[in-house]
Amino acid sequence: MKLPEYASPLERVWHYTYLFICASIFLFLIAPIIIIIPLSFNAEPYFTFTKGMLNFDPEAFSFRWYADIVRNGMAAPDAVMDSNWWADMWNNAQWIRAMRNSFFVAICATILATALGTLAALGLSRPEMPFRSAITSLLISPMIVPLVITATGMFFFYSDVGLAKTYLGIILAHTTLGIPFVIITVTATLVGFDRSLIRASQSLGADGWTTFRKVIMPLILPGMISGALFAFVTSLDEIVTVLFLADVEQRTIPRQMWSGIREQISPTILAVATILVAISIFLLTTVELLRRRSERLRGMTAR
Amino acid sequence: MSDVTADAGPSGPLLAADGTPLKKKLAQTTRQAKIRALLLTAPLVVFLLAGFVFPIGQMLWRSIHNPAFSDVLPNLAVALKTWDGGGVPGEDIFEIAVADLKQSREDRSIGRAATRVNYELPGSRSLFTSTARKVNKIDGPPYKEKLIELDKDWDDPVLWSILKRVSNDYTASFYLSAVDRKYDVNGNIVSEAEVQQIYVKLFMRTFWMSALITFLCFLLAFPVSYLLSVLPLRTSNLLMILVLLPFWTSLLVRTTAWIAMLQSEGVVNDILVTTGLVGDENRAQLIYNQTGTIIAMTHILLPFMILPLYSVMKTIPPSYMRAARSLGANSLTAFRRVYFPQTVPGIAAGTLLVFILSIGFYITPALVGGQDGQMISNLIAFHMQSSLNWSLAAALGGILLASVLILYWLYNKLVGVDNLKFG
Repeated sequence: MKLPEYASPLERVWHYTYLFICASIFLFLIAPIIIIIPLSFNAEPYFTFTKGMLNFDPEAFSFRWYADIVRNGMAAPDAVMDSNWWADMWNNAQWIRAMRNSFFVAICATILATALGTLAALGLSRPEMPFRSAITSLLISPMIVPLVITATGMFFFYSDVGLAKTYLGIILAHTTLGIPFVIITVTATLVGFDRSLIRASQSLGADGWTTFRKVIMPLILPGMISGALFAFVTSLDEIVTVLFLADVEQRTIPRQMWSGIREQISPTILAVATILVAISIFLLTTVELLRRRSERLRGMTAR
Repeated sequence: MSDVTADAGPSGPLLAADGTPLKKKLAQTTRQAKIRALLLTAPLVVFLLAGFVFPIGQMLWRSIHNPAFSDVLPNLAVALKTWDGGGVPGEDIFEIAVADLKQSREDRSIGRAATRVNYELPGSRSLFTSTARKVNKIDGPPYKEKLIELDKDWDDPVLWSILKRVSNDYTASFYLSAVDRKYDVNGNIVSEAEVQQIYVKLFMRTFWMSALITFLCFLLAFPVSYLLSVLPLRTSNLLMILVLLPFWTSLLVRTTAWIAMLQSEGVVNDILVTTGLVGDENRAQLIYNQTGTIIAMTHILLPFMILPLYSVMKTIPPSYMRAARSLGANSLTAFRRVYFPQTVPGIAAGTLLVFILSIGFYITPALVGGQDGQMISNLIAFHMQSSLNWSLAAALGGILLASVLILYWLYNKLVGVDNLKFG
């Protein structure tokens, strides 16, 4: 953004003020996320920068909270690091357990949400689809309805049918919450989809499944993967239904953080948060790359 | 294919290849295509109806249907329905009451009914539990006299009028409680006592805080979105990462980050103290109160405002502003009269989305809200998990859901759900 030649002094002042305002807002957006990274290497059990950290004293930094992620809950954390130690960590460490739960639930929910969501998005984007707007509203509504209401409803229903306090119950709940994201991303990819490709494929003798696999799928794959990643993150991050539906057995990372924040706040939470931020950065990069690829594929070059 | 359609003269109807009239054939094909499209969405629609819509409906049902009393004391409930009301009933109803109370003692179920009556008549819980403990002493008539001997409260006409009311499984009293009203003895709707009026206030606070958060998001999102929309794509893509990274970061991570930032020994206060803006002894209380909730929620919801605004602003040609300037408008007028009106669709989309999402927030207020930063969702969760007044939780949820759905309908009208996009 350049200042035009004819700008008056007042406009010049405003221009730089404006840039300053924008910089502050970007700082507001990113600062909290950046700040937890150095804090997680704190050698002291505090949530704030110590004097030593500000002076870049290497003594003030440590990996103890990362070690704590692995050790917390283990039967014998100081034993020799042999196969028993690893088994102990894998089975007993609270955070490791939570991570296993989180990833298991998230992967299952993602597969379900992506399969159901893509199918529905294909239907929704057909020009002859009846009741399109009503059905779209229904499919997006899990994103809009307050989570407490969703979780309450599911709590009663899942208790009745015996799904409360089971992995399957949480997987189904997370599938429900992930679906809107899959619908939104896949329909967005299908907007620019050239429907004559389908007719071309059919006229060349392909049946429905072949057309989907060889023509539609490669074109909407970026959208499907973005949708799947959105659903994955939603599940990984979801806590309200877990609070209502899960037992100690099914504790996920957010559930563990929740009790950490409420009961015994320690920088271990910041270490976990840092790991989660790293995961977010990785997923965000993937989605961005996919989005660009999809735009290229559809012939919509970046302006 | 013999060209039947072309051969049909102006006299006969147009026919398709298999001899059916073309009009009918077309209608048939369209219907088949519609059914095929519907079938594709069917699995998901069924899944959501069964696993999402039905459970919520079932939950809302609890807000008007509470059979606790008639479950525990079934015969008494039936008898009270036919009783004409007014005063204290006669011996026959007391006989049934004693029998039902004896049964409930055996089933150890009296607590549920006692709790149900207690919602309507606070303080009456112990009457039921203590009577159920002693009811086996009554071995024969006169039941009325003996029951009143056990506890003279059974001679209270107010109690009986309320028992008659709760003997009906369907009730509006939980919705009344949710808006700080109740039935008085005569069945008229009156306000709760001043000190017990909490729900309307909480609804107002939820709406007020959401409105403030939405406004703050708008204030912060507008300049940033404009900058992103006018910068060359390479730079704006880079800056966009700063918007999308918070969007992709876990809610709990962001809430934790704000605790680290805002607590009294936190980063913000340390900076304020180091720069001498605030003395070390009076550090600002920025978290575990309303301020904390508002700051954290604004941060969390800001991307939901920036993304729709940005996608609208990107489509506004910069030449419009230049044209306005060349026609003699100063920069302020050009912005106000030419640029701003074109951003209104984006503003509508972002504002509605942020407002809808913020009135249902639960986690952030629960963690950083302290006392005065709580929202209506937190109270619903409280009644679900701690006080176990599920019917009241359902009634509060019903009101919250109704407000959200109205806004969602409005969003659909003004913006259209299919215009929802991320990134």
